[in-house]
Amino acid sequence: MDWANVAIQGVLLGGLYALFATGLALVFGVMRMVNLAHGDLGILAAFVTLFLVQSLHMGLWWSGILTVVIMFVVGYLLQRGLLNFTLSSDDTRPIVVTFGLSIIIQNGLILWFSADSQGLDAGKIENISIRITDKLSIGWFPLLVFITSIVVVALLQTFLNRTKLGRAFRATSDDREAAELMGINNRHIYGLAMAIALAIVALAGILLAIRTTFDPTQGSFRLIYAFEAVIMGGMGSIWGTLIGGIVLGVSQTLGSQAFGSGWGLLVGHLVFLTVLAVRPSGFFAKTVTA
Amino acid sequence: MSTQDFRVARSTRVHRYVLIVSVIVVAVLASFPFWAEVAFLRTMVTFFTLLALAQMWNLLGGYAGLISVGQQAYIGLGAYGLWLLADVLHIHPFVAVILAGSLAVLVALVFAPLLFRLRGGYFAIGTWVVAEVVRLIVSNIQAAGGGSGKTIISAARLPIDTRINGTYLLALGVAVGSILLVYFLLRSRLGLALTAIRDNELAAQSSGVNVWRSKLYVYLISAFGCGIVGAVVAMNLLRIQPAAAFSINWTAYALFIVVIGGFGTIEGPIIGTIIYFTLLQNLSQYGTTYLLLLGVIAVVMATKAPRGIWGFVVKRWDIHLFPVRRRLVLEEPSEPGGPAASTSGPVAEAS
Amino acid sequence: MSVLELQEIDVFYGDFQALFKVSFAVEEGQTFACIGANGGGKSTLLRTIAGLQRPASGKVLFHGEPVDQIPAHNRVGMGIALVPEGRRVFPSLSVFENLQIGAYGKRKGDWNIESVMELFPLLKPLVKRQASSLSGGEQQALAIGRALMANPQLLLLDEVSLGLAPVVIKRIYEAMVHLVGTGTTILVVEQDVQHVLTVADRVACFLEGRISLEGKPSELSSEAITAAYFGM
Repeated sequence: MDWANVAIQGVLLGGLYALFATGLALVFGVMRMVNLAHGDLGILAAFVTLFLVQSLHMGLWWSGILTVVIMFVVGYLLQRGLLNFTLSSDDTRPIVVTFGLSIIIQNGLILWFSADSQGLDAGKIENISIRITDKLSIGWFPLLVFITSIVVVALLQTFLNRTKLGRAFRATSDDREAAELMGINNRHIYGLAMAIALAIVALAGILLAIRTTFDPTQGSFRLIYAFEAVIMGGMGSIWGTLIGGIVLGVSQTLGSQAFGSGWGLLVGHLVFLTVLAVRPSGFFAKTVTA
Repeated sequence: MSTQDFRVARSTRVHRYVLIVSVIVVAVLASFPFWAEVAFLRTMVTFFTLLALAQMWNLLGGYAGLISVGQQAYIGLGAYGLWLLADVLHIHPFVAVILAGSLAVLVALVFAPLLFRLRGGYFAIGTWVVAEVVRLIVSNIQAAGGGSGKTIISAARLPIDTRINGTYLLALGVAVGSILLVYFLLRSRLGLALTAIRDNELAAQSSGVNVWRSKLYVYLISAFGCGIVGAVVAMNLLRIQPAAAFSINWTAYALFIVVIGGFGTIEGPIIGTIIYFTLLQNLSQYGTTYLLLLGVIAVVMATKAPRGIWGFVVKRWDIHLFPVRRRLVLEEPSEPGGPAASTSGPVAEAS
Repeated sequence: MSVLELQEIDVFYGDFQALFKVSFAVEEGQTFACIGANGGGKSTLLRTIAGLQRPASGKVLFHGEPVDQIPAHNRVGMGIALVPEGRRVFPSLSVFENLQIGAYGKRKGDWNIESVMELFPLLKPLVKRQASSLSGGEQQALAIGRALMANPQLLLLDEVSLGLAPVVIKRIYEAMVHLVGTGTTILVVEQDVQHVLTVADRVACFLEGRISLEGKPSELSSEAITAAYFGM
């Protein structure tokens, strides 16, 4: 019963949650849309990599990179080909359409790959641990995932703050029409935002697949955890999403340790509900936009 | 300038015919236990529960604009409520079905204030979280059967005929009840408030509508309805199991029915259920493919025909079978001492 | 050839018709004022020229070329810039970033951040501040500066004095005089008749979607303008 170890595992797990959450937060930030198929798209990416590795015999590295690129393109096409048309003053259409999309992806994956659990094999990396102290050791791979999440969040934040395109994202998010007047093509910006979001969630899905087993129905849970991380972290804050993910991860691992493995997830949810009750705008809410 | 006299009317002759036809239909349906086969009765129970579920989901989503992907929480709670009331508290199963909704309402009361801090898509996922939480808690209660569930023993002990016929009539009652519930709700002040909220929440609030409370009532009513649906389903299956009782598929069915049939109308879910049910009977053996097809149809319909089939009918022919809308009927200005003549027919429609 | 020409345009907001067969032309270097009471259709006019709205019928010609089917975000690159009603600066961006975004269209010209700051010195100390924290007058200056960053050939100004204190309006119009002096073609919509007539070469009065009066300010009596404004 080593609490420090458990807590650190939770922190590292939080990095993975943050990776899933970042794309969700980005899409909501730019176009006020919640993509209910977000988690499933991450799992889809894992299956794409699996396919590339198993059927085309590509190495894991190249499969992963290619998958991320593919999902980037898929995101752009999905947004411009379908989702842009659901964005109007009516809030309900994107929810219904993305939920339908979620059902399509999950059942499509079951049909193609079967409902069985799968895993991506990354070789020795998965099992190496780093010993810090006598009682404390961290898995190499979870640490890698955590570092990746920090890097991704930092890159995204830099992109938004310091690049011309990132500025265009923020302007479009602030005022879509005024952005049009600046020469910014909304539909293109939305497409890019979704493309980036799916590239990130693809990375998350692939890392998840290496770290643990996955199956077609996992997407729903990934969505829920991503959502909890975003809400706890506070809307409008990318770094907040990372913190939210960490809080969730730690809650789950500590909950598992304290009450038994069946209860860990529940503790995570209850922590989320508590934060929602006590501090509904999250830890780091930046803008209070409706 | 003269002001015109007017009155606010609801029904027309069409509505009176519809009423007569509906009563006949319900009477015919109620007679089935006397001459139909058991398998058919059980199939009809499924139909009725889907119809009621769709009405309750639509109440939240189509009328109040609150899309929920977590109503399965209350379906499951209704099922477990039945077990609790019938097996543990030894209330007669048929009575327990009606009361089972109250467990759902109690839980809904706890979570609603939290959920209402969220909007739109995040509200939707929030309802999913609630469903997950309820499922996890219930799955971990060993006394309620844990992960493997429970059999409704008191129902199983009823004589078969009583059980089958009783369940059928209960299901019919729940379906008709759900329609009547939505109907009377929409004709009430709450219904007017909902329409205002759905059109423009801010404006509704400035007009004095208590938005929060209106949403709460609708959420509770929907939870209650879903709870009873869950109890009927449990009666029909005699078995409850957390994975099935709290499955997201319930939302998928409701969503599909409402998307196809039509949001925000009473007629829509009826049509949607008929279509869905027909598809179900013919294609359900294909399982996964069937769900995939549902998803595709839902996406296509939501994108191309967001108002659903009934929405199309309304737009094209302006038919309303259920008189929930309020019409302005202008009266001829009366002669002094003479009676007022009225010109009926929709002059201005307010829904 | 006129810089801008409108030919019989009808514009609708849903079922409501805002403009009825409106026609007029703006010449190069001219400052053209559109005045009129609320609901007269003036803002709709500017939005249509900028591309945020499409006319149901009629043509919008820019340098003789029809632009009504060209989306708004492409019109900036052609040289049309709108300062929208209500300022609409980007609240989460800084003053500097708002100006940067104005240059998104990458048009070449004399306007850059330095020259905009010269025009509106009040913005100089606010460069790093978030736009949402600016006062109304500062936001208006920023909005105009932002539009200038696109180096427009045709500058559209929508109600720039709305909601501003008189001393601020005075400063805005001082900047306007300078703008007029640079030879930019300006189409300005205003409710404040007094100020705008001091800078306008031509004025058109809008009443319920139609032009009720058009001409040079020097040739129109104030009685005629008042009558056209209120539809008497």
